[in-house]
Amino acid sequence: MSQNLPALLIVVPLLLAPIAALTGRWKAAWVVALGAAWWAFGCSLALLQRVRAEGVIHYSLGGWPAPTGIEYRVDLVSAFVAVIVTTIAAISVPYARTSIAQEVSEDRGALFYAAFILSMTGLLGIAITGDVFNVFVFLEISSLSAYSMIALGRDRRALTAAYQYLIMGSVGASFIVIGIGLLYVTTGTLGMEDLSHRIPEVMAQGRGSRTIAVAFTFLTVGVTLKLALFPLHLWLPNAYTYAPSAVTAFMASTSTKVSVYLLLRFFFTVFGETFSFVEMRLNMVLMPLALVAILAMSLVAIYQENVKRLLAFSSVAQIGYMILGISFGSVLGVTAGILHLFNHALMKGALFMAMGCIMYRVGSVRIDRMAGLGKQMPWTMAAFVGGGLSLIGVPLTVGFVSKWYLVQAALEQGRWFVAALVMVGSLMAVIYIWKVVEVAYFGRRDPEDSVEEAPLSLLIPTWVLVIASFWFGIDASTTAEVATAAADLLVEIVP
Amino acid sequence: MTILFALLLPVVGALGVLLLRNSPNARETATLLAGVLTFSQVVRLLGMVRAGDTPALHILEVVPGVDLSFTVEPLGMVFALVAGFLWPVTSLYAIGYMRGHHEENQTRFFFFFAIAIAGAMGVAFAGNLFTLFVFYEFLTFCTVPLVTHHQTEEAKKSGRIYLGILLTTSIGLQLVAIIWTWVLAGRLDFADGGILAGTASTGVLGAILVLYVYGVGKAALMPFHRWLPAAMVAPTPVSALLHAVAVVKAGVFTVLKVAVYVFGIDLLQQLATADFLAWAAAATIILGSLVAFSKDNLKARLAYSTISQLSYIVLGAMLANEMGIIGGGMHIAMHAFGKITLFFAAGAIMVAAHEKNISGMHGLGRTMPITFGAFLIGSLSIIGLPPAGGSWSKWFLGLGTLEADQIGLLAVLMLSSLLGLYYLLEVPVKAFFFAPSEGHGHHDDDHGHHDDHGHHGGHDDGGHDPSAFVIGGLREAPLPSLIAICVTATATVGLFLWPDVFYDLMTMVVGR
Repeated sequence: MSQNLPALLIVVPLLLAPIAALTGRWKAAWVVALGAAWWAFGCSLALLQRVRAEGVIHYSLGGWPAPTGIEYRVDLVSAFVAVIVTTIAAISVPYARTSIAQEVSEDRGALFYAAFILSMTGLLGIAITGDVFNVFVFLEISSLSAYSMIALGRDRRALTAAYQYLIMGSVGASFIVIGIGLLYVTTGTLGMEDLSHRIPEVMAQGRGSRTIAVAFTFLTVGVTLKLALFPLHLWLPNAYTYAPSAVTAFMASTSTKVSVYLLLRFFFTVFGETFSFVEMRLNMVLMPLALVAILAMSLVAIYQENVKRLLAFSSVAQIGYMILGISFGSVLGVTAGILHLFNHALMKGALFMAMGCIMYRVGSVRIDRMAGLGKQMPWTMAAFVGGGLSLIGVPLTVGFVSKWYLVQAALEQGRWFVAALVMVGSLMAVIYIWKVVEVAYFGRRDPEDSVEEAPLSLLIPTWVLVIASFWFGIDASTTAEVATAAADLLVEIVP
Repeated sequence: MTILFALLLPVVGALGVLLLRNSPNARETATLLAGVLTFSQVVRLLGMVRAGDTPALHILEVVPGVDLSFTVEPLGMVFALVAGFLWPVTSLYAIGYMRGHHEENQTRFFFFFAIAIAGAMGVAFAGNLFTLFVFYEFLTFCTVPLVTHHQTEEAKKSGRIYLGILLTTSIGLQLVAIIWTWVLAGRLDFADGGILAGTASTGVLGAILVLYVYGVGKAALMPFHRWLPAAMVAPTPVSALLHAVAVVKAGVFTVLKVAVYVFGIDLLQQLATADFLAWAAAATIILGSLVAFSKDNLKARLAYSTISQLSYIVLGAMLANEMGIIGGGMHIAMHAFGKITLFFAAGAIMVAAHEKNISGMHGLGRTMPITFGAFLIGSLSIIGLPPAGGSWSKWFLGLGTLEADQIGLLAVLMLSSLLGLYYLLEVPVKAFFFAPSEGHGHHDDDHGHHDDHGHHGGHDDGGHDPSAFVIGGLREAPLPSLIAICVTATATVGLFLWPDVFYDLMTMVVGR
């Protein structure tokens, strides 16, 4: 059983997805989805435990060893990302029960949960596979199901948002598959580990080095499109704004994170840091884009009137923090990036869930419709403030821990200007969070428009994430250790 | 354990306030009880510190190498003593004020007030820079509901300025300085002689010092002072305890602590930026006094006076000698007692006579002699004249400037005292010696929560009118507030006669 853990993590949800669809009734499908999410959560925790104890796990599917067959390769980074995905999934599914019942029509409920399970499975697959073509397959599984989940949003604009995402996402996927194809042509292999040995060999022989460089470029563009790095983020704000609340919470916390993982995997494991950062000078591309993402997108967020859209732009900015960390190419920087994957998942999940609570009661998440909610939905708004504090990076929240490592990484390399810009980004977060707080706590609500507090079935998952975002901010030693160890594995250039 | 009690008792008090929200008398008893108990714990800690102990408490490791921990050392003791003593006194004052002024949401008020005190205690006992920063930010956030208490447009605007400036400085500058310190020194604890010496060039360390001093926005060094006048929209007890004592002193305390335990006096003397910052503080001293001059609103005048006085402490720290540090540390206590008396008096005038502006206070001293008498004592302390405690801290600060060979700075101190003489004493002089202006007492423009209960005449026995304590021809503030005013005024004089507690603690800080 425990030997087959990597396969079970994927296969069981993959089988449960059609079952959920076949049940035809949303309640039954929900139970199946809950089972799938919690099963995956248990498996991924067990995997993380095993990887921490034993090191990298290799699992050959069907008993065919690596270069020939497909291999699942689980190291600390993969296991950590898998835990992020499944944690959020395990909390999102209970939340979805109430939220989705209201936001998605009943006859599509079963299909929705099937798509949800598939999306989660795809993301998990990307995290643990050791085969680049397999990455592409799982990427498509997760993306296609994500498009359909977004399209289920009640707002008709959800359709155009999904369509936009579909086009851009497919462009990204094509770039990735072209990159993979070029790699296969030059090296004759698809296994990640195998590639990491073959690429330097091919380069050393002097043949195909240009092809590899082109493959590298295609992959960079494709992956950064998937992770919504500025300026390839255009699909994200609409998708997050018009998707059903539970989908937004799940996707914002997981799908871009997995793409960031993919970036780490390609550039550090497959191509190797020396190639990516020294020869291809990837950091020269990533660092400015990340900084622009942080500043420009925070600025855009300040001017949003729809809070889900505001948070979506904030997400693009936060992705900038992760990429900035990675672009330093140092252990500290990559640690900051990996930590922020987890930390941002917690806080953004909590914030989007709070928005789902408001959507449920008020029917809108526009700022002007939130006047006086501080009194009428005190727990929801308190959750929003809690998540907001984390986004700002107040000490004893997870946001602070990320910032702590990120600024350290910048100062370590003497880049005090970058450190200053990171802080400017945090201060802009103060403005857009305060903007909402001010309306909710100082505004007066029209008595005819008065609403009740959100139901517990929505509040409890929301608060689980809020409490987690404080918990892992107060005691960050475990997450920091895992992230540091993971970064140690990836980073080869030691200054 | 005692540290934990001192930190948690205010929180327990806050919870008590929340639980007893339906019975105002029981609720206020909870606040007072928590205040007295907290102070008793602080006094117990004082005993240990004077005996030479440094009680410490380790909570947990937040990030590898960075702990949440508490250590009680003499400088923190000074701050904790002041905040711990003045909290119950202010609570007493607040009871009279909030009821007399018919304020709304009193439960929320007393709740966040108690929480803020927990934050101040955390700042005082912080065992390292990280813990200090945690509670520094905590104090910022939990005072926002107090500043915006009235929830008016003006309160909203002030809330923006308050949060905006305090967070810009703390996140934008102070946090960078802290992380930079961590990168250079690899530790964040407070050590005698500092932790930064020899870790980088004096140029870099000088830059970090600037980041620290301007990053502590609560010290209100110009140009980061605007939040303090903005915070004056809060009810007067908040202005009195938080914006004359707990919050602002948390700021200057941080500056002193960083100067003594992170940089160390020896290193500080080598940094050119310390001189620059001393002069920046001097400029704030003079400019603050000049602006205070121009303010007719009494609370606004006191706010600018506070800005000016806070820079005395920054100046003391930047002088980088023992006298300066002693004077700065003592000024934390002396200014606190003097300024809180002034704010208490300002609030009392607002409640009993509905007057906010100095120009309307002519002749008020005849009906409120105790309040204006206390105001006189407080003023003397701020100016630095006997028989008030402020004369001691100014004495040592003056000695500090001489020891540093900075005659110019001494002149600044003198000039500022002269300015203070005018802008503070104007108030009691007008109240006692000027003839009452016509129609005064009808300035019902403040906060707008009270209806027409202005003057019921002298024959009222005081029990029926919550906004005033009336006896004979006098019409003073409500009795609890009046008692509080007398306590702080007496303490201000008492500190002139017995400044030893604070002096001894400060000599321990500089290791003499």
